[in-house]
Amino acid sequence: MYLYDTIDQSLVDQRVEQFRGQVRRRMAGELSEDEFKPLRLMNGLYLQLHAYMLRVAIPYGTLSSHQMRKLAHIAQRYDKGYGHFTTRQNLQFNWPKLEETPDILAELADVQMHALQTSGNCIRNVTADQYAGAAADEVADPRITAEVVRQWSTLHPEFSFLPRKFKIAVTGSSRDRAAVRVHDIGLVVKRDEAGAIGYQVIVGGGLGRTPMIGATVRDFLPKRHLLSYLEAILRVYNQAGRRDNMYKARIKILVHALGAEEFIRRVEAEWEAIRDSAVDLPAGEHDRIATFFAPPRFEALPNNDGEFARYRLEDREFAQWARTNVAPHKQLGYAIANISLKPEGGIPGDATTEQMNAIAAIAERFSFGEIRVTHEQNLVLPHVRQADLYGVWQTLKSHDLATPNLGLISDIIACPGMDYCSLANARSIPLAQDISKRFADLRRQHDIGELKVKISGCINACGHHHVGHIGLLGVDRKGEEYYQITLGGSADENTNLGKIVGPAVPYDKVGSAIETITNTYIGLRADGESFLDTYRRVGNDPFKETLYAAH
Amino acid sequence: MAMQVISANRLVDGLVVYMTGGGGWSERIADAQAVTGKEVGEVAMAAARVAEEARIIVEPYLIDIDESSGERRPTRYRELIRAKGPTVRLDIGKQAEL
Repeated sequence: MYLYDTIDQSLVDQRVEQFRGQVRRRMAGELSEDEFKPLRLMNGLYLQLHAYMLRVAIPYGTLSSHQMRKLAHIAQRYDKGYGHFTTRQNLQFNWPKLEETPDILAELADVQMHALQTSGNCIRNVTADQYAGAAADEVADPRITAEVVRQWSTLHPEFSFLPRKFKIAVTGSSRDRAAVRVHDIGLVVKRDEAGAIGYQVIVGGGLGRTPMIGATVRDFLPKRHLLSYLEAILRVYNQAGRRDNMYKARIKILVHALGAEEFIRRVEAEWEAIRDSAVDLPAGEHDRIATFFAPPRFEALPNNDGEFARYRLEDREFAQWARTNVAPHKQLGYAIANISLKPEGGIPGDATTEQMNAIAAIAERFSFGEIRVTHEQNLVLPHVRQADLYGVWQTLKSHDLATPNLGLISDIIACPGMDYCSLANARSIPLAQDISKRFADLRRQHDIGELKVKISGCINACGHHHVGHIGLLGVDRKGEEYYQITLGGSADENTNLGKIVGPAVPYDKVGSAIETITNTYIGLRADGESFLDTYRRVGNDPFKETLYAAH
Repeated sequence: MAMQVISANRLVDGLVVYMTGGGGWSERIADAQAVTGKEVGEVAMAAARVAEEARIIVEPYLIDIDESSGERRPTRYRELIRAKGPTVRLDIGKQAEL
């Protein structure tokens, strides 16, 4: 993992003291709310429905056990004993007090964490593939790129007041686990024919009220040019992006308005002026950063550990968890263990203080002290010996963290919705809980197979509904909660935006609508077809017929 | 004409509060002073802005309420959730203290 140097540490320490002074001035009346609001937002502090909310940055979703324990401590001491992992790989505390927030930030700074770039029209906390450094299909570790981007973008003076917020995601494999095509910039680490590392650069994707899939502006950008090319993209956006209408201010609107060809022409022209300049990272500095992400001291182990195989045969419940929640590791004898934060009837992404402490301890003992946060609101133990998986599973199970449902219908993304968020028009979480309970039978979930349900409580789409195989968008109809249903979305390497299937349905009909959709799929599917396969073959119509005939 | 009360968030901790008859602020909507009519509402809002200036609360606004059931309830569901707490965590928020 990356460790702060004195520059990183003094930056976050200074920021804490700066914010402490700002809070003091606000309480003393030297700052009005209008003056203070942008300052608190720059430190991740929002005002939500019930209270303040602090959004803590978890750069590229990477946490140490030490940091997780600190988050658990903050939840216990300053909040209500839980935190909420988000689709941005961050963590939100829902009940911090303004007067205690500087102390919380100081506690975070003690473990090299902060809440910078979690709000405002800046380059936000960069996200990445949660299997970084572990995935068997990885070309190169995306955390190195993500850390380079983090250092470049942190308090970047030219890009601190962009037309709108700006999100960058990195994946280290051709299998997209970071939803790069629906980010302002998506980077896919790849090799050219000579084996050199570089990037496919995708620009102008995004969700929200105008969902768009990004355009590839460079099929291969050599690694050494990364920062100058990003700088060129940001400059074109900063100068030409709209500032007169916040709903048309994201870079996707600019790319669409100019057309990809003209946008690329402008970026390339800008880049010609700054390429090979001081903007790019010296090779030595890249190598220094890369050393922090060297593989841990793996043991030389045989693959297909005998103990792992034996327990799978002997314990059906464990076998079920291993089938859904364990992914192949690049190191022989190791595995990636996914921790579902979607227990039956639970709140997607929530973890209690006790659970956070338990995960920290498990990671310390079994995963080199490393934990990852996924954009699908789960956690990952990236480096577990296959021989230890049974013990890990047993411990997770004792903390209600071993639900074997990764990628199944109950592994739902849900934004906080109107239960917490001041922007929401409708609730998201109770729908996720209802669906999770309806489909609690794991045999039924496995029979349905991979099916991603994603729920947003408003058009801002924090719940990624546009790219859900089934997407639900909450809308307000004369004070009543209704939900627009989209089908066929996906956020992987074959990204698609879902299509609206018909009129929105009321809150109490959503669960039965999901049942109808899954039953329709089961009735239509050919051998081996996933929900998405079937949908792509038959389209909306059969689902529309059964869905609206049933209502 | 709809009855209204003024709601806001308390500066120091962000909790939802309601303006009471004495110009104070309570966490319970039952304690709030109800007003009816545009002019009375504007007078109440002027008092709320004084509290905002005094750094007691932030972002005050009028919400519609209904008392026909015998219990004072906001008419908008969003405001009902603010008055009680998250519908998915009945153990926290104001609902846990009532």
